[in-house]
Amino acid sequence: MDTLLLQIFNGISVSSILLLIALGLSITFGLMNVINMAHGELIMIGAYVAYVTQLVFSRYLPKELFGLYFIVAIPLAFAVTGLLGLLLENVLIRFLYGRPLDSLLATWGVSMILQQLARNIFGAPNVDVVSPQWLNGGLQVTAGLQLPYKRLFIIGLVLICVAGIYLFFYRSGYGRKIRAVMQNRNMASCLGVPTRKVDSYTFALGSGLAGIAGCTLTLLGSIGPTLGTYYIVDAFMVVVLGGVGKIIGTVAGALAIGILNTALEYSTTASIGKVLVFAIVIAFLQLRPAGLFSIRTRALD
Amino acid sequence: MKRKFFYQLLPIMVLLLTLGLLVTGCGASKTKENKEGEKSTRSSEDTIKVGILHSLSGTMAISEVSVKDATLMAIEEINASGGLLGKKIEPIIEDGASDWPTFAEKAKKLLQQDKVAAIFGCWTSASRKAVLPVVEEYNGLLWYPVQYEGLEASKNIFYTGAEPTQQIVPAVSWLIKNRGKDFFLLGSDYVFPRTANKIIKAQLKAEGGNLVGEEYTPLGHTDYSTIINKIKTARPKVIFNTLNGDSNVAFFKQLRDAGITSKDITVMSVSAAEEEIRGIGAQNMAGHLAVWNYFQSTDTPENKAFVEKYKAKYGQDRVTDDPIEAGYFGVYLWAEAVKKAGSTDVDKVREAAKSGIEFKAPEGLVKIEPENQHTWKTVRIGEVQADGQFKELWSTGRPIKPDPFLKGYDWAKGLSAGQ
Repeated sequence: MDTLLLQIFNGISVSSILLLIALGLSITFGLMNVINMAHGELIMIGAYVAYVTQLVFSRYLPKELFGLYFIVAIPLAFAVTGLLGLLLENVLIRFLYGRPLDSLLATWGVSMILQQLARNIFGAPNVDVVSPQWLNGGLQVTAGLQLPYKRLFIIGLVLICVAGIYLFFYRSGYGRKIRAVMQNRNMASCLGVPTRKVDSYTFALGSGLAGIAGCTLTLLGSIGPTLGTYYIVDAFMVVVLGGVGKIIGTVAGALAIGILNTALEYSTTASIGKVLVFAIVIAFLQLRPAGLFSIRTRALD
Repeated sequence: MKRKFFYQLLPIMVLLLTLGLLVTGCGASKTKENKEGEKSTRSSEDTIKVGILHSLSGTMAISEVSVKDATLMAIEEINASGGLLGKKIEPIIEDGASDWPTFAEKAKKLLQQDKVAAIFGCWTSASRKAVLPVVEEYNGLLWYPVQYEGLEASKNIFYTGAEPTQQIVPAVSWLIKNRGKDFFLLGSDYVFPRTANKIIKAQLKAEGGNLVGEEYTPLGHTDYSTIINKIKTARPKVIFNTLNGDSNVAFFKQLRDAGITSKDITVMSVSAAEEEIRGIGAQNMAGHLAVWNYFQSTDTPENKAFVEKYKAKYGQDRVTDDPIEAGYFGVYLWAEAVKKAGSTDVDKVREAAKSGIEFKAPEGLVKIEPENQHTWKTVRIGEVQADGQFKELWSTGRPIKPDPFLKGYDWAKGLSAGQ
């Protein structure tokens, strides 16, 4: 019973991580139709922001404050990768709208440059991020069932991010502008929406979310220059399965893949589980090429 | 119209420019290295060329760059003390780029074009297997510094890392005696863990151990929650860990968060040394074990000097570990053989090396076994401390004879290389 409960929790936990890495991509890829291969590297940069924040806290600030570094690192990672996204959009991406294959190639180049930069700055070996004390250990539910605080924290953070994005897109004026531009650029432009600016900020928002994801991943795994490459395929898979252009689709896609993955991994092995998930996703996309949730918009035609 | 065309070209130009800058940057550093090489030698006829072939980029750079550093250090030391046969050693560094065909190509270049007397390098078994036919075809010499799965012997390769009977087999025996009989095998999904686990399974059967679970994860796998759940259900005493690279970080972090400590289950690692512990985080691994032939904390006068020199040269925050040390003393073993042969000719050097070459390495005395060109090495089991260093719990106390085909073990009959 404990094993089953823990496995269900693991499924939700894996889904929350998938969702976190795919949220940013669902905006840049789903909404803007830019295939951003450098998304994984933005995640990597977010992770390094957490690393640097931790270094600053342990070297220059009193010891009692160390536990707070992670709370500082999250908005900082959002800001740094968001600004980088803004820069990237202005010098590169904006010339490539409507040319997905070109944007794929160009951003792939960017991803390699960013990886090499990380290697030059931080060195090739992985660096170690010490998680704050209050995230160590876990919630003891029953004797055999312990839910790690880190995973609970990530689930909470994802809920906040999704809620934030939902409110921003569907309840704020700027969000409405973004949706207008994505759905019908010319019409929005005619009505006085500054489409260039909207593009920039939307891309920056997607990039910033990648930074948050990276910051959070430091709790679970390794921080090295190639961190992004491990997650980029999963992120694209989630967005494509969910159906491009809908946030609810990304949430559903992440849940489906996460739960499927842990269930299959438990009943087979990690390698076979992963292959099966791929196979099921491909088969599903054969039946429903538009994904779980399809959207009708002229922008995607 | 023209303006639009320009804007379309602009990003491509920016990309090319940046790439160009990066390439010239790399080029600049390369010529600097060459110049330094030239300074120490007037003309190439006064030098003995050797190749260093490691991944300086790509996923394996994490581990291989420091082995390259140690190899270079040994070459510089030999040069500083008068060189070899009255000549200086000239290292030619090639980047295998974590790509196995590139390793074969660069090995061919080193042997054919540079005519090197020996190659020091490779880390993964895949890269070694790629270089093996090349050194055999062109009659080169490869000095291979990393522990591996055994079941191989080439007359063109000298193995200075451990084979299974110098690492895995003694570790399994020790664990059965000291930590319990129930084993869970966890490894990355490629040739080394699969072959190692095949050996372990045969040994468990022979020595009265139990296999309670066996799992493989793809290289780079980062979510271990399900596997940890399986481990909890299987209740092993020991997890024998053959995970490679970044997966170790995720595994140890998540194991700790699941509330499993080294008191509940001992994890014995064979691919995590001091260098890797820095990335995994000592606090995540403290109390768990690893088996190697050398630790930075190994107490020999040679090692004290070695660690001091390495840190003085490459930085106080750097650490040494087993493959670094094997990469270092490999150069010395080769140099001893060259001295004995009085020539750098591959066949003569091989014969000299097989006639009983010894060297006082940081790990203790090492010597080459003529039968299979592997090295006699001392085996050590260490416990990870809070500072990322090892405390030695057990050692064989003397170098043991290499036996890559496990001929000395009855239970190992019928094992073969590969899957």
